[in-house]
Amino acid sequence: MPDTIPFRAQNVRMGSSSGQPLTRRDGFLKVTGAATYAADNHPENLLHAVVAVSTIARGRVASLDVDAAKAHPGVVEVITPANRIPLALDPDVKVGLFGFRIEALQDDRVRYANQPIALVVAETLEAATEGVRLLAPRYDVEQTRISFGDGEAFEPVAVAFGSPPVAAVGDLGAGLAAASHRVEASYVTPAQYHNAMEPHAMVASWDGDRLTLDTPNQAIVLSRAAFAAYFGIPAENVLLRSPFLGGGFGSKAIMNGPYILCILAARMLGRPVKMVLPRAQMFGPVGHRGATRQTLRLGTDADGRLTALEHDAVATTSSFDDFLEPAANASLNLYASPTIVARHHGLRLDIGTPGPMRAPGEASGSAALESAMDEAALACGLDPLEFRLRNYAENDPASGKPFSAKSLRECYAQGAEAFGWAGRALEPCRMRDEAGQLVGWGMGSAIFHAPMFQAEARATLRADGTALVETAGADMGQGAWTALAQIAADGLGLDIDKIEFRSGSSDLPDGGVAGGSGHTATAGSALHNAGTDVISKLTELAVNDRDSPLFGAGNAGVDARHGRLYHRDDEARSESYQSILARAGLTNLEGNGRGGRDPASAEQRAMFSHGAVFAEVKVDPDLGQVKATRLVGAFAAGRIINPKLARSQLYGGMIWGISFALHEEALHDRRTGRPMNADLAGYHIPVHADIPDMEVLLIDEVDPYVNGLGIKGVGEIGITGTVGAIANAIWHATGVRARRFPIRIEDIIVG
Amino acid sequence: MSLSISLTVNGASKVVPIEDPRVTLLDLLRERLVLTGTKKGCDRGQCGACTVLVDGRRINACLALAVSVDGADILTIEGLAKGDRLDPVQAAFIEHDGFQCGFCTPGQIMSATGLIREGEADGDPERVREGMSGNLCRCGAHAGIIEAVLDAQRRVAEQERRIA
Ligand code: FES
Ligand code: FES
Repeated sequence: MPDTIPFRAQNVRMGSSSGQPLTRRDGFLKVTGAATYAADNHPENLLHAVVAVSTIARGRVASLDVDAAKAHPGVVEVITPANRIPLALDPDVKVGLFGFRIEALQDDRVRYANQPIALVVAETLEAATEGVRLLAPRYDVEQTRISFGDGEAFEPVAVAFGSPPVAAVGDLGAGLAAASHRVEASYVTPAQYHNAMEPHAMVASWDGDRLTLDTPNQAIVLSRAAFAAYFGIPAENVLLRSPFLGGGFGSKAIMNGPYILCILAARMLGRPVKMVLPRAQMFGPVGHRGATRQTLRLGTDADGRLTALEHDAVATTSSFDDFLEPAANASLNLYASPTIVARHHGLRLDIGTPGPMRAPGEASGSAALESAMDEAALACGLDPLEFRLRNYAENDPASGKPFSAKSLRECYAQGAEAFGWAGRALEPCRMRDEAGQLVGWGMGSAIFHAPMFQAEARATLRADGTALVETAGADMGQGAWTALAQIAADGLGLDIDKIEFRSGSSDLPDGGVAGGSGHTATAGSALHNAGTDVISKLTELAVNDRDSPLFGAGNAGVDARHGRLYHRDDEARSESYQSILARAGLTNLEGNGRGGRDPASAEQRAMFSHGAVFAEVKVDPDLGQVKATRLVGAFAAGRIINPKLARSQLYGGMIWGISFALHEEALHDRRTGRPMNADLAGYHIPVHADIPDMEVLLIDEVDPYVNGLGIKGVGEIGITGTVGAIANAIWHATGVRARRFPIRIEDIIVG
Repeated sequence: MSLSISLTVNGASKVVPIEDPRVTLLDLLRERLVLTGTKKGCDRGQCGACTVLVDGRRINACLALAVSVDGADILTIEGLAKGDRLDPVQAAFIEHDGFQCGFCTPGQIMSATGLIREGEADGDPERVREGMSGNLCRCGAHAGIIEAVLDAQRRVAEQERRIA
């Protein structure tokens, strides 16, 4: 496999940049307002487009008052199924790894609320907005199916992006029969919308059959090809620029209809077009986390060891596509049990197609699993942490393979210590604070797989001893501009201030996908390999040159650091990169590298990051109001390139956990199928005042198998474990077990 | 209809023709004056991404019609630093990693600047959290933001003591 980095069961030695808590290299741009996000672009002659969306969830558009909209001053064009130019590809065909069926005005069908039904293009944003209002659509309305009660059930062939819907080990019946305690419980998780602070946005300009797109994107080179396919042009004709994403969380990795309409409008009108989705339209055509109903059955023996674990999930999707939240798979790799069954069923609703959203499957599955584990611990009369330790999986329960590295015990121990878990009463309702609030403590285990995609990178060492490193990476806030540059610097043996890093544009080597928490590992490996490629060429020059102090040192006999090559046996013999290049008469020296998983190691090992989250909540005994007051998370995720940024990622994930447990939920009107809270006032996410005291512990972990650099990922794991920890703390405070998320006041008071 | 308004934006006075009374202050800044540092996250006064100071007070620029700020003195994120020298709030945001994607950041920083000037939350983390709660952050950078605001408050107070 030439596409992968060579496998070594040992991490490479890294230089002085990796491991440093550097501040963000893009920090200055971001705090001065100079970082350009997609909607900040203003090409000459720009038009503004606003999407008109349906206010029904199922039926047909019967009429649109196109004349009224067109008559409005400033409106240039109204695009509807009647006049839109053909696409090279049927929008109901999926393109590429993250393809979805999209709505690009192919017909007058309405499949969900907030689906695009027309596009108004005008000289100003104000005119386009008013044009949309003037369209005054009329519909033939059909009965809407929007809740668990009225959806259309089906047995899926796959969940998420092609994973099997059922996974089973052992004999479930025998395991349940052998149990001395059995716990069965159902949990409901709601539809959630990504709602990155930056709405989806695009500026599209055509020049002949060349297309330039300014748009936030998590998979730049992959998406370039997908956009090109819809317009029947070669991928190289598309330049996709995405230097900064205002958050992505999965929604900016996938294709959507509004983007295609924006490009189409620019093509039809021969002028650049800017389209920014209003916040309300973030609840519809750009993906969401599908609602689930999960039922868990756990059997335990007299010692509190699992004899069976069954996780059954009903996952919702749209009426026309198939993405299903792989929630039950959260139970496959965490706790030891002689039998584990994870099973998914589908339910079709009149809703936009769900997609991957920060920890897809793991987040909702972990919420249910960690709650159920707490219920089982109680049934066994065991402390929740002790119960988890008794069921510690030494090998991956699903595959039987050893873990590449697993430091969950250390996470439990250090997290519990920092939180002060010892001495927690087993029974609920035992603690009050000085103000009389009920206090509860809960915990949960965190786990996230450590995938890699494919990436390429180029490094060019220049005569002045600086280097240019390039890959089309995506920084949606995780810190790629900084962490990837740190890795690149170490690959080249240069100090970081000697590194110029180009990223975020599709004309660079493919940086892969910023998703699955695998970007730093994948693009980082590519950059590191590109650097070491340069260094081996440079070494070659030096050791074969009689005039070099390194002459004869042999290829394996030098170290590269701080811009010099050193003889390994004699530190006094060294030479700077500049002088090696100068003597060779070179103005620069280029190296290339790839990043990707080594198939042999993937075959032999199960690869996951782990963690433990401890939560304290306070509940008002009369009003049922809950506040998370303290969170401690301890995480082990292989080598940490930048602890400052890794910590921020983990905080972010844990705050998503708070949000999942206590705040966020899309509510749909049963009659019309419309989201009733499609704005940031009604769709709650935590504000500053909701954020507790938080602590993140980074647990040292050397993972010799996951990849040469020993890097896993930290972007998503923080949400897992946290949701359950908070739910369990609420039970501990109140004695009430809430089994739907977010947990509401009425659940606590009535429960 | 043709109107024009006069404004001081980041210290520079401007006369801006407004051909359309529907234009908000936010869209005026972003689309007409091409001061795109101020962000639009909701256009409804619900997220704080568009926070700017108008005559020293923080407001949501998306909720103000441009014509309503005729004669006002407006400070946006672009006007905080003196060349390469960052203002203490900006510097503190970098140091404490008070952002991830950076999209809410201009609003957070302007809101923090307003909060510090209001002088109502001195050194009290709870009150800073409350006073910053109109500025949403989806990335979850809250911990760093609050540390940064508290630190910037201290630095500004020190600066003022030194001047006084
Ligand atoms: S854009 Fe003004 S408050 Fe959200
Ligand atoms: S840093 Fe991304 S929304 Fe706050």
